[in-house]
Amino acid sequence: MKKKYGMKKLEDLPLTSITFLTSEANETGEWRSQRPVIDPGKCNLCGLCWMYCPDMAIGAEGEFFTIVDKYCKGCGICAQECPQGAISLIVEER
Amino acid sequence: MKKVISANQAVSQAVRAARTQVIAAYPITPQSTIVEMLASFCAQGDLQAKFINVESEHSAMAACIAAASVGARTFTATSSQGLALMHEMLHYASGLRFPIVMANVNRALGSPFNLKADLSDSLSQRDTGWLQFYCESGQEVFDTIIQSFKISEQVLLPVMVNLEGFILSHTYEIVDIPEQDRIDAFLPRPAERPILDVEDPMMMGATTDLYINFRYKMHQAMEEAKAVCQKVDGEFRAVFGRGYDLIQTYRCAGADIILVTAGTIAGTCRVVADRLAAQGLKVGVLKIKLFRPFPQEQLRRALADVKKIAVIDRDFSPGCGGILAQELKSALLGSKPDISVHEFIAGLGGKDVTDDDISWIVEQAMKAREPGGIKWIGLLE
Repeated sequence: MKKKYGMKKLEDLPLTSITFLTSEANETGEWRSQRPVIDPGKCNLCGLCWMYCPDMAIGAEGEFFTIVDKYCKGCGICAQECPQGAISLIVEER
Repeated sequence: MKKVISANQAVSQAVRAARTQVIAAYPITPQSTIVEMLASFCAQGDLQAKFINVESEHSAMAACIAAASVGARTFTATSSQGLALMHEMLHYASGLRFPIVMANVNRALGSPFNLKADLSDSLSQRDTGWLQFYCESGQEVFDTIIQSFKISEQVLLPVMVNLEGFILSHTYEIVDIPEQDRIDAFLPRPAERPILDVEDPMMMGATTDLYINFRYKMHQAMEEAKAVCQKVDGEFRAVFGRGYDLIQTYRCAGADIILVTAGTIAGTCRVVADRLAAQGLKVGVLKIKLFRPFPQEQLRRALADVKKIAVIDRDFSPGCGGILAQELKSALLGSKPDISVHEFIAGLGGKDVTDDDISWIVEQAMKAREPGGIKWIGLLE
């Protein structure tokens, strides 16, 4: 069971912003205004998108590269770097 | 044991006596001899601390913040441009509520290039959330560093101890260094506080919409810090027989005029006050030791009965004036609306502020009916 500070009253707050979690809890995917989409027909599994992603938001598990929705900020570096042109950016609908 | 040492050496001796665990610093004149001596202590095994060589003062403060985040007793020292380069990280240290002690050896900021004493470097960091002390002797520097670790670990805010470059930093005086067991008893290991732990991960200072609440808590801590500083100084006095209070008054009772200043200029003011007393002029001297939090209540009490005040600032905020004068006027507003505060700028860039200068200040302030703007000492004709 994780410790947690009450965040309802001033006196219950810690001295500084503290959360008993790692930065994995910081779901930066919420910032995204566009999302990368990988075309499996064009992708040759070179892995450059996975290497260039500054947020480790390209998943390399399984047989195929995937976008990790929870963390991808939609910066577009993967689409820019893909030599096959296999990644396109589409406007995020929420 | 009494030793003849410089005020910079007094800083290093105090940091050793406090059993500091991590030191990260970058050399800059006139601070360098502090970290040179500390590096030597670490190399010779006189101090069991991790000494981190860094590539800049910004990194020095970043390393201190990291050390404090895992609970280490942490110290750094700098001056002038180095302090300016730390500016961004100073806010982080206080916002994360970490106890860190820093010695800042006051030096003028460029340009023009100048290595000598000027309080503008640290006074211009007044809004960073650090407590600030100003000292006037090697002994006061040693004692204030020891007190600062205790204060910082109680209020969970960082503390900056200021001493003027060369005038104080490189001047040799007798400094009494108490026995180690007495210092250990005065300065025990700090109480537990939230620190980083790999077994129990947490994030500190993460993005939050509750920002204003954490700032309010800093404000509360600063307000409480005045009482903590007074209490720790009282405890220090009880054990070691020396204390400094938040402000120091001299010949202030019944004075016709009170000179207000900080740092080494206060000592010269006292000499002048003695001399003028023999001629029948009642001159008081008030030294501001604690600048942040600003001891407004103490100043209001100490200045309640005097008609005339002269503030001597070895610092300057362009477009406004002396920083001590601004702060003092703001503190007195409301409690003393008819107060006459005469403002003097003196000794910028390490220029000597002599007894003659101070006598002239008293003369000018006494004969002026109203304060007629800021007067500068030592300009060319």
